[in-house]
Amino acid sequence: MSRKKERLYHWIFAILAFASLFFLVGISIILFKEGLPIFQKVDFFDFIFGKSWYPTYDPAEFGILPLILASVWVTFGALLVCVPLGIGSALYIHEIAGSKQRAVLKPLIEILAGIPSIIYGFFAMAIMSPFLQKLLNLPTGLCAFTASLVLGIMAVPTVCSLAEDALGFVPNSFREASFAVGANRWQTLTQVVIPAAGSGISTAVILGMSRAIGETMTVLMAAGGAAVIPKSFFEPVRPMTATIAAEMGEAVMGSSHYHALFAIGLILFIITFIFNIAAELISRRFRIKLGLAR
Amino acid sequence: MSKFGKLLLACFLVSCAVTSAYAGGPFGVDKRRVIIEGSTTVLPIAQAAAETFMRQNQETDVTVRGGGSGVGIASLIDKNCDIADSSRSIKEAEIEKAVGNGVSPKAHVVAMDGICLIVNSSNPISALSRKQASDIFTGKISYWSDLGGKTERIVAISRDTSSGTFEAFGILVLEGQKVRPDALMQASNQAVASTVSRTPGAIGYVGLGYLTPEVKALDIDGIKPSKETVLSGQYPVGRPLFMYTNGVPDGVVRDFIDFIKSDEGQKIANEQGFVALK
Repeated sequence: MSRKKERLYHWIFAILAFASLFFLVGISIILFKEGLPIFQKVDFFDFIFGKSWYPTYDPAEFGILPLILASVWVTFGALLVCVPLGIGSALYIHEIAGSKQRAVLKPLIEILAGIPSIIYGFFAMAIMSPFLQKLLNLPTGLCAFTASLVLGIMAVPTVCSLAEDALGFVPNSFREASFAVGANRWQTLTQVVIPAAGSGISTAVILGMSRAIGETMTVLMAAGGAAVIPKSFFEPVRPMTATIAAEMGEAVMGSSHYHALFAIGLILFIITFIFNIAAELISRRFRIKLGLAR
Repeated sequence: MSKFGKLLLACFLVSCAVTSAYAGGPFGVDKRRVIIEGSTTVLPIAQAAAETFMRQNQETDVTVRGGGSGVGIASLIDKNCDIADSSRSIKEAEIEKAVGNGVSPKAHVVAMDGICLIVNSSNPISALSRKQASDIFTGKISYWSDLGGKTERIVAISRDTSSGTFEAFGILVLEGQKVRPDALMQASNQAVASTVSRTPGAIGYVGLGYLTPEVKALDIDGIKPSKETVLSGQYPVGRPLFMYTNGVPDGVVRDFIDFIKSDEGQKIANEQGFVALK
């Protein structure tokens, strides 16, 4: 291959690699540019801590506390589902299962990640919500509980595969040393392997949270969409993502409503950004601890 | 360059040529243009009619924009559009402004819109007054037993705040009062109807075109919602949908308005879930 050609390929791939940086910067700039103007009309604290969201009335009210709390509730609920399921299956697949079981389980869990979110939403709306409504005798099955359950299932593959990676980073010498001093399999798992993989597992949990809080279609279809401060898991709620998805299409461009929706997007972006940075920092520390620093 | 690369380039060039021809760009001839702007409620009719109209009249180019009734009428006054879609009649202040600008808005009713209250088919209630409907959706009534029904919590189902149906319901039934914050929000008429059909205590509202056998439509103030009662004006939660033009339209704008009022145009309005005028 000629040198010239090699240089050309170098540049092509460099451009491709930097394209994502370009998109990230572009999206951030747009979010700030379109989101910040709302704070000229509404005080920042009134926006974050305001309790009513009536964007199309006159005078309009832009209080997103119910939306933020709804996102927090469903994300927390999702964690209750995806952490035990995800970490439990990672432990089983990596530490306990034989190679045959692993060969079946691992791809199966990964298929779960490949199901489009609209299908989860549809499943939640058409099957789970009427079922839960009858089972628990609720006024409506479209509530934070249903959304949490489905979001939790959706986040299982993320948590599972990252936690499994973390377990894979624990050197086998740790396990061998533990068995050598007479610890059994359970003791080795709970007292050696899990603590050693601990920060890696926390990274998995944080990225699972990031996945749950950013999910849109499912919560739009399953959470009910009432913009009230949630009092119980069995009430309809409206997370931030669902609000943007439902209202952006019809909001008049350049109106306060439009800017307010961008501001919600900005806040969501900042939250997931913090999650991702935290996950990255923790996982870096984890690698150093295990002597795997890059 | 590889074979694949050449193919890609060819596709790109062809698509460029095609799009610029369609846009009436350097390769195309000047087209007869109509710009329509305004109400998002009327938008689906205008959009669907424009598509068929353009297919039948290749030399025309109809642009349809949303924005809301107010935006459309303001645009007509500023002569930025040819047709303003509106889900309300023009206001006094707007007429004065238009006259001052040398524009004389002329109304064309293009369809009627009726909004029905629907409940689950297991609900014994079959009629409400407009006041009761308003009390339910503003949060003054929360149990069906208060209306003579079962001792069951009312699950009010509303549309997202940007919807035209939401806006009309807010004006015609709630008279400007705010919808209770704990009402469920669904993003489409279809979603409201299917949620109501699955939730025993639910009440929602949809356009007349979205009534299905799985839900029960309520009489309002003793009037049964139907195309006939909406058309005759008896049904209290109905309204005409307008297109405004500057004076009596001529040329391609007249052709378009005539098309919408024709049997074919009215069929389109009907397909979009509105009440056709004939």
